[in-house]
Amino acid sequence: MSTLAEARPTKAQTRPTDAVVVVTGAARGIGAASAHALAEDGWNVAVVHRSGGDVAAALADQIVEGGGRATSISADLRNPDDLDRVFAEAEALGPVLGLVNNAGVRADNLALSISDDEWDLVLDTNLSAAFRLTRRAMRSMLRARFGRIVNVASVVGPRANPGQANYAASKAGLIGMTKTVAAEVARKGVTVNAVAPGFIATDMTKDLSPQVLEAVPARRAGQPHEVAACVRFLASDAAAYVTGTTLYVDGGMSA
Amino acid sequence: MSTTTDATQVEATVYKSLETFGAEPTAIKREATFEELDVDSLDLAELSQIVEDEYGVKFNSSDVENLKTVGDAVDFIVQRA
Repeated sequence: MSTLAEARPTKAQTRPTDAVVVVTGAARGIGAASAHALAEDGWNVAVVHRSGGDVAAALADQIVEGGGRATSISADLRNPDDLDRVFAEAEALGPVLGLVNNAGVRADNLALSISDDEWDLVLDTNLSAAFRLTRRAMRSMLRARFGRIVNVASVVGPRANPGQANYAASKAGLIGMTKTVAAEVARKGVTVNAVAPGFIATDMTKDLSPQVLEAVPARRAGQPHEVAACVRFLASDAAAYVTGTTLYVDGGMSA
Repeated sequence: MSTTTDATQVEATVYKSLETFGAEPTAIKREATFEELDVDSLDLAELSQIVEDEYGVKFNSSDVENLKTVGDAVDFIVQRA
C-alpha cells in the first residue's frame, strides 16, 4: 500500500521566469504596494488603473528602473471590452499567471437609501469585474499548470458595518468566489486566496474618524505594505499548498 | 473543415490535450470514454477553451454532456469547424 506522501506525487510548482501578474487598482494604496512587492519577488507586473494614469506610469517606470519589467494599463473594469485589452497588453510581457483583484470602490449609505446605481457600481466593480478577470486569467494558468490569484476582500463582509451593505456584499462575495474557484482548480497548480484588510491607511479610508481604531486591538491603522507582504506570500511558490483561504490583515480586529 | 488531414489535426490536438490532463497515453483512443481516462468536467472545460482558440469551435455545457468518448469530441469539432 502506498503512503500518503507517495500518493499522487507532483513535481514542485515553480513560477516561470517570464510570468506576469495583473494587479488592478494598482495606482495607489494596497494595489501600488502589491505591485512593488510582486516586482521585488520577480514578477513582471501589469499595473492596471482606471484614473491614475500618471501615477501608474510612474510606478511602472520605478519597477523598470529597479531592474524589473512592468507596464501600466488604463481600463474601466466594468467594461467587458476593456478586459480583453488588459490581457492583450499584459501578455506582451509574458503569460499572465498571476492576478491580484484589488480594484474596489465604496458608495456608502444605509441600505434603506442605497440607490440601484450605488449598488450596481460597487458590485460590478468589486465583484463582477473580479470574476471576469479570474475567468479570463485561468485560461493561461490552467495551461501552464501554475497560477496565483489573490482577491483583496475586507473585514467588512464577514462582519457587519452599517452603511456598507453594498460593499459588504461585494467583499463577502469575493470570499465565497475565492473558496469555490480554489476548489475547482486546485489540482491544476492554480491557487486562489483572499486577503481581508481591516483599517489600512489609504485614500479609501482617509475620511474615517480615528475613533474607528478603538475596534482594532493593535490600536493603529495598517499600512499598505503590510497587506502587500501577504499578497506577495500568497503569490509565491512557497504558498503552493495554500488555497481557498482568507488571510486577515487587520491588527486583530476579527480575532 | 472536413478533410481527412483536418480530422487528423483535430485528433492530434485532442490527444495531446488529454495527455496533458494526465490521461495514460496508451489508453487514449477514439473508443475510450472520458470516464475511463479519468478526464473530468474541468478537463473538458479546459479542452473546450483550447479547441475554441485553435479552431473557433465553441462548446456549450449541453454539448459537453453529450460527448462521452474521445471520438465523440473529435467528430463534434470536425463537424463544427
